This record gives sequence, structure tokens and C-alpha cells, in this order.
Amino acid sequence: MNTEYIGIIFMYLATVALAIPLGKYIAKVFNGEKTWLDFMAPLERLIYKFSGIDPNREMSWKQHLKALLTINCLWLFYAFFCLLFQGRLPLNPDHNPNQTPDLAFNTALSFLTNTNLQDYSGESGATYYTQLFVFMFLHFVSAATGIAAMMVVFKAMRDKIADKLGNFWDYLVKSITRLLLPLSFVVAVILAFNGTPTSFKGKDTVITLQGDTTHVSRGPAAAMIAIKQTGTNGGGWFGVNSAHPFENPNYVTNMVENISIILISIALVFALGYYLNKKKLAGVIFGVMTVGFLIMVFPSIHAEVNGNPAIAHLGISQPGGSMEGKEVRFGPAASAYWGITTTVTSNGSVNSMHDSMMPISGIAQMFDMMINSFYGGVGVGYLNFYIFIIIAVFISGLMVGRTPEFMGRKIEAREMKIASLIALLHPFLILVGTALATYVLVHFPNAAWATKPSVWLNNPGFHGFSEMLYQVTSSSANNGSGYAGLTANNIFWNVSTGFVIFIGRFLPIIGPVAIAGILANKKFVPESAGTLKTDTATFGIMIFAVIIIVAALSFFPALTLGPIAEHFSIK
Amino acid sequence: MKTYISPALKLSLILLVILSGLYPLAIAAIGKFTPGHGDGETVTYQGRVVGYANIGQKFTKDQYFWSRPSAANYQADAGAGSNKGPSNPDYLKDVKAHIDTFLKHNPDVKREEIPAELVTASGSGLDPDLSPAGARVQVARIAKVRNIPAEQVVKIIDDNTENPLFGLFGPSRVNVLKLNVALDEATTK
Repeated sequence: MNTEYIGIIFMYLATVALAIPLGKYIAKVFNGEKTWLDFMAPLERLIYKFSGIDPNREMSWKQHLKALLTINCLWLFYAFFCLLFQGRLPLNPDHNPNQTPDLAFNTALSFLTNTNLQDYSGESGATYYTQLFVFMFLHFVSAATGIAAMMVVFKAMRDKIADKLGNFWDYLVKSITRLLLPLSFVVAVILAFNGTPTSFKGKDTVITLQGDTTHVSRGPAAAMIAIKQTGTNGGGWFGVNSAHPFENPNYVTNMVENISIILISIALVFALGYYLNKKKLAGVIFGVMTVGFLIMVFPSIHAEVNGNPAIAHLGISQPGGSMEGKEVRFGPAASAYWGITTTVTSNGSVNSMHDSMMPISGIAQMFDMMINSFYGGVGVGYLNFYIFIIIAVFISGLMVGRTPEFMGRKIEAREMKIASLIALLHPFLILVGTALATYVLVHFPNAAWATKPSVWLNNPGFHGFSEMLYQVTSSSANNGSGYAGLTANNIFWNVSTGFVIFIGRFLPIIGPVAIAGILANKKFVPESAGTLKTDTATFGIMIFAVIIIVAALSFFPALTLGPIAEHFSIK
Repeated sequence: MKTYISPALKLSLILLVILSGLYPLAIAAIGKFTPGHGDGETVTYQGRVVGYANIGQKFTKDQYFWSRPSAANYQADAGAGSNKGPSNPDYLKDVKAHIDTFLKHNPDVKREEIPAELVTASGSGLDPDLSPAGARVQVARIAKVRNIPAEQVVKIIDDNTENPLFGLFGPSRVNVLKLNVALDEATTK
């Protein structure tokens, strides 16, 4: 058991140790300073030349958003039509069929938005073409979109010149060529040497040692799995994601993948410190995020390692903890740790089935996604956190009677309206979405759909409610993990979560960028004795309190009906 | 919007070529030099490919080490977990049935000696491993069916146990397919 704990501690320390230099490197890249990856410059010049882009033409925040939304719109249509006709497109050795329109709608939105909720199974619901040319492509560009949007906010905070916030295409391309692609390349090679397939061969048929016949799905998975982790995407090659022994063959790959899940998200916090030259502020943000993260990690590991009391009552031993839905090669501790890292970031890949985890883990995982900014998704995690900073500045400013200012700019009614709307959007989507699903389930259990609502749930009682709550929470948080027992590939879930995913992605990008842009346009107020200091531990506690109050008040009742009730009723 | 459509289109096109074309091809080329040549590593017994080292397979016969229960029945093109919640009464009945089956086939084993992994389904439905305890609890049955000394079976387990990485990280495990191949090799003359 001890080696399982050491494994986790090592993973976390290694992540932070790598994130600090990586953060410094990212700041250098976006500052245009020299880095050791400058050999990518010719490739970037080629990309700009081909696309007719002048990377030095600076944009205002509105121009940034126009570019962002235009290209995302394009990707959405491209993905949707590829999925609709994937059966006839090339690279389909297993002869998998087209996706239905509602599934294609959900899947396209889901990958576009860095969510990767997968209502299909990779082995039978996608082709090598759609895996590589739709899913993996969107893995890269959706992560880069998040980083680019975050860079607009960084730049607005630092330079405070509202119409010169850098070039969107430049941010997008450099996020890929200088960060996501090189990192994914390294991870993919490590995976390949540990047994993840890389070739384009289709299914293999094997007669097993005992004499059964089985078909083994394969494919060029390593490349995709690497970016799935580094870009906090989470959409895997195989249906069971990183629990699949090809997708995550051993403890080495488990450590590499798990480190990749939170590496860039943490590095971006340090990048903020270096880029703005505000290391103390970055320290405060990192501190708040880390406390929030650790508060969730410990109870979850404890619950999984101790095992399921209902199983203990059956009289067997649980030396390996709760093992339902888990893999022997990872064990309960590393599975619980993964479960938390994948939900604090918006990753959503899994190495065990969350649906079978203990209710305490369920509380922690759902709470992580409800907050969605303890580290958070690449780029967007910080954008969510930025909203909380703005609110905390405003509230604490009022509390102590000082003008609410952040980075030398007054925060006034307009910014606060945007920030409050964005902060309330997430609870609104989750609670209304879950309420709608529950209503349909209760009042129309036999609705004349291909999948009747009465068969949605795989578990009765509180846990069944948790399956629906988790699905909507995961969609709104753009996470993508699921309580996979829920029968989600049907018109109700595909369409409803599709809309939740879409709104839950783009408004929380537009809001913070707009706030940062508006603030940059304001008159600079030099710091004085009356200014509220934002880079102190006190202010950190204030942000933490705002986050917990907003999240706890909004979500506690819903959690009570699901995992909390299950926890107290399990015996 | 118009001014952005042309660069957006062209940029998407060239990124598709680089990210979805060149990158996986490069990884596939490197994959050729890996142990399984990028196709997945196979296990051979008596000249016949009997499976993939990483992909668990069904073992239900008494002369073999059993693998864990699987919600996917070890179909490696449709891996799945049970996704049963820990408090689900139907699920607990399933587990109880697994325990009873195990005890029937392993009369020498006491109930409290059964490790949970042998009566619960894995996440992938393709778990290739057992913990050393999960293998040891089956020794008496296998020794009896194969008519070999128990010590020999224990030795096969020990020889095939993979210790934590660098002796530090993660759990110990035994690959069930390799274990059973070793078992067959040891008992066929």
C-alpha cells in the first residue's frame, strides 16, 4: 500500500517541479524572447504565409473574440459533417457506421469546446479518420483557443493598451507549435514504447489461450492520447478511456498521463507570474488553487483505499481497497488521485469508472467541476478564476471601504455585471439542466423515444440521481468525464448536454476577455495607501471564501440529494 | 467576420495537415521501433499467438488462474466497466454470486481470504492483471487440478510478479495471460 502513496506524492511533486520552468518558458514564448524551441520559427512562418496572416498586427479584445468565434464556428461545421458521413470517409478499417445527427451534434460540440463528453465508444462509434482529423485536431486547437483567450487577458492586465492585445492567430499557432505539439510528441513516444499502439492496422482476431475468440481493437492511438492529456481534453481513443490497457498500459504511462493532465494548467499560473512580473500574485493564485485541490484529494483517496463498506459486509477482504471499476495496475489510490486531477482541470479522461467510486469521491469530483477553477482547463481555468478575482476584489473592497481596484484599474458596475452573470451561469446551467432531466424522467418515463427515459439510469436511488447531476455538471464544466452508467447516446441527452456544453464554453471565454479589455481601456489609478492589496495571503483567503460561498450555496442542495445522501445511507 | 474567414480557413487547412497528418505519421514511424512494432505486443505459445500482453482475456477453466470478472466479457473491441454504484442492491447480489462461484471452485479457501478484485469487475473490462494475493488464493485449486505441487505454482507466481516501479511507485501485479502460459509450459512435457 505504501508504494501506492509514494507514487501519488511523487506525481504531484514532479508536476509542480516541471510546471515552474514550463511556466517561465511559456511567458518567454509569448514575450517573444529567445527559447530553445526557436527552430519551430520557420514552420510558423510557413503557416502564416500560407494562411495570409500577419502575426504582428495587434488586435483589440473585440477583434480577438471575432477571430476566435469565426474559426470555432468553422471547426464546428467541419466536425459535424465529418461525423455524419464518417462511414464513407477514408481510414475506416473496421467499417464503423456514420454517427446519427443528434450524436454528431453532441460529439462535434463536445470536442470543439475541449469537453470531450463521449456518448459514443471509440472502438465502434468513430473511424481512424474522425479520431485523427476531427477529434485529435480539435484536441489541439480547442486547447490552443483556451490559451489564446487567456493570453489576451494576460496582455490586457500587463500592457493596459486596449487596442493592442496581440494577434489572435499568433497566440493560437504558438500555443500549438511551442507548447502543445512538442509536449504531446514526447508523451506519445513514451506511450508508444510502453505498449500503446501507433500503427493504422484495424481490429485483430485472436483465439485466446483458453480457446475463446476475441476481437482486439487497435489503431494509431498514442498520438491522440498524448494531446488528450496535455490539452486537458480527455476524449480518448477507446471507449473506456485511460482505463483501457492499450490507452494506459502500466504505472509509468499512468504517471506520465496523470502529470500531463495538470501540468500545463499549473504552468500557466506560473506563466502569469513571469509574464506580468507579479510573482506574488501568481503565488497567491497557486496557493488558493492548491488548497482547493488538496482538500478534495485526501478524502477521495481515503474513501477508495478503505474500500466499500457494503462489500466488506459480504465477508471478503479488501486489501486493495474498492476495486469495482478499477484496474489492478493502478490501484485505488492512483485511481482516486486521477479522479480528482481530471475533475479539477477540465480534462475528463478517466483511469477508473467514476460511476463505481465511493460517494465521497463523487462529492469531491462533482464539487471540483462545479468550481471549475482549481487549476482548471488550459487557459480557461484561469479565465474562470479571473472572474472570482474580480468578484473578490469588489466584495472585499466594499467590506473595508476601499475602492475596488485590480491591477491599477477601477472595477465598476459594468464589469461586475459581466462577472456576476458568468459566475451564475455555471450553477444555472447545471441546476436547470439536472432539474429538466429529472422532470422528464419522472413525468415521461415512457416517452416515445428510441431510448425511453425509464432506462436512462444504471443505478437506483440517490446514485441514479448522481448519474444525471454528474452528466450535466461535466457538460457545463466542459469536463467530459461521466458516470458512464447513464445511457447518454439518445436524443434527450445528446441535444440537452450539447447546448449546455456550448453555452458553458463560450460565454465564460467572452466574459473575462471583455472585462479585461474594458479594464485596459480605463484610466490608470496609481497604487496608493487606499488600494486593496491583491497579492497577499489575506486576499487569497478572500478569493477562496468567495469561491466556496458561491459554489456551496448554489450546489450543496443538489449534492445532498445525490452523493451526500448515498454516503450516509451506504452500509 | 468576413475578414477572418479566409485566414481561418487556410489556417485550419494547414494545421490539419501538420497535426492530423504529419504528427501521427511521425509517431507511427517511431512506433515501428517499439517492442510490438506499434501493433500491440502479442504473446505466443507453441507457435500460436494466444493474445496481447496488455489485453486481459477470459480465464474460467479450473486449470488456469482466473482473471477478474468483466462487464464486457473480455471482448476487446467493446471494453466496458459495470458502472454499478457502490450501494446498488443488484450489484451487491452480483458480487455475492461471484463470491459463491469462487468458493464452490475453491473449497480450500476461506471467505475472508478472497481479495475484492476477484469478485469485482474492472474499469476496462480488459484488466490483464491480478494482485499477487489474487493469484495466490487460487494456488490450491490449480495444484489439485494439474496434479503438481503447490510450491511449483507459487514459484510461477513469484517469477511472474511485476514489482512496483523502481520498487517505489504503484502496486505489484501479475499478468494473468503470462502466468497461465508459464503454467502450461511448466506442466506440458
